[in-house]
Amino acid sequence: MRKIGVLQIVDHVAEMCIEANTFLSDDMMEGLRRARQLEESENGKEILETMLSNFEVAKNKNIPICQDTGMVVMFVTFGQDLIIEGGSLEEALQAGVAKGYEEGYLRKSVVADPFIRTNTGNNTPAVIHYQVVPGDGLKIKILPKGFGSENTSALKMLKPADGMAGVKEFVLQTVETGSPNACAPIVVGVGVGGTMEKAAIMAKEALSRPLGEHNPLEHIEALEEYLLEASNALGIGPMGLGGINTVLGVNVEVFPTHIAGLPVAVNITCYVNRHVEREL
Amino acid sequence: MAVVEIRTPLTKKDRKKLKAGDHVRISGIIYTARDAAHKRMIEALEKGLPLPMDFTDEIIYYVGPCPAKPGEIIGSAGPTTSGRMDTYTPELLDRGLAGMIGKGNRSERVINSMVSNDAVYFACVGGAGALLQDCIKSVEIIAYEDLGTEAIRKIEVKDFPAIVVIDTKGTNLYETERKKFTNKLWI
Repeated sequence: MRKIGVLQIVDHVAEMCIEANTFLSDDMMEGLRRARQLEESENGKEILETMLSNFEVAKNKNIPICQDTGMVVMFVTFGQDLIIEGGSLEEALQAGVAKGYEEGYLRKSVVADPFIRTNTGNNTPAVIHYQVVPGDGLKIKILPKGFGSENTSALKMLKPADGMAGVKEFVLQTVETGSPNACAPIVVGVGVGGTMEKAAIMAKEALSRPLGEHNPLEHIEALEEYLLEASNALGIGPMGLGGINTVLGVNVEVFPTHIAGLPVAVNITCYVNRHVEREL
Repeated sequence: MAVVEIRTPLTKKDRKKLKAGDHVRISGIIYTARDAAHKRMIEALEKGLPLPMDFTDEIIYYVGPCPAKPGEIIGSAGPTTSGRMDTYTPELLDRGLAGMIGKGNRSERVINSMVSNDAVYFACVGGAGALLQDCIKSVEIIAYEDLGTEAIRKIEVKDFPAIVVIDTKGTNLYETERKKFTNKLWI
């Protein structure tokens, strides 16, 4: 039986939090460079140029790309034959976040109670989603989620009769209202089906799909392409100041649902779409 | 693109010269405040208590910076979404606030208050926290230190890049620019 010590997990998570906040993945960089080439608006071109220079400054100075270093969301895929030694997996993951945010000089943005609002001081707790699978692997995916964009996300329980047209309308409405505040060009994660919370979790995880990759289902790929083009026709543009690049990618995930339902969740992230994944 | 150099404090006369769409470089002293500091200031006013400072002709930058690394004075410091401050902003504009720096649209109530007080709203590039940190030359916490990243800081900036998005006449770049790029065939 394979064993992993909790201290090793703590260190990996801490490193991943710092890495995710300092360097943007190649797919996102490429998407923004392409947007810069295609953009027609003068404001938009200059804004995209600034965004690209900012990544260089962050990398060279080794500081966070954005001051909103997010609330950490994790997707953990845990092999049922793996043994965690020396403590609990959940505690190790949370301790890793605390360590990363302290050692990386990342902003602590989490308050302990939504009404009393006292800062927890170490950016924990992270929101962790576990999936138990056969085998002895451990895969950790980290998404530090900024709230400028999180606040523009939405969920709706549509009726089956609303169908594809209803989903399109709701996604576009959410993009139109949200993207000027969400630091466009945004990436849109959509979860359709399941139950209320399943749709939301799918929408969140969809944000971590590499830009340019499509859902393997043909009708869903077509939906992604439609939503991307229709969103960019809105004219909202980079930072909402006009242009043809409002959305860099739309990633849709689907799941079986109830005969009476059509849940749709739309999770929006800014162009600093941070996600890091490691297999331990 | 022409760039307008501006210095703080920003008098009404200077504010009226700025037009929506102007690209500016701001130099001088500005003040940081976001959600919690605004809430506390407005609560103070409701109780008849004074504000921690006089905002006449001053600019508030909506930011909650990252902690400073050793050898630095501040961490990454880009703008946060301004709309969350909409509830509080008119009270401060009525007390002389010259302008705000943030990102995203403002409510009609804020825009009306801006017009009656000759105030200006600037946007800078969201997420560009590392780049904007470079423009900050000094930092001093002047109120609500217990709020941590949300404390009110007096910061000195040099050539801080921003765009005038809503001017003293209420012209709003979020509305005017978008129309130019909307593809009606799709909508």
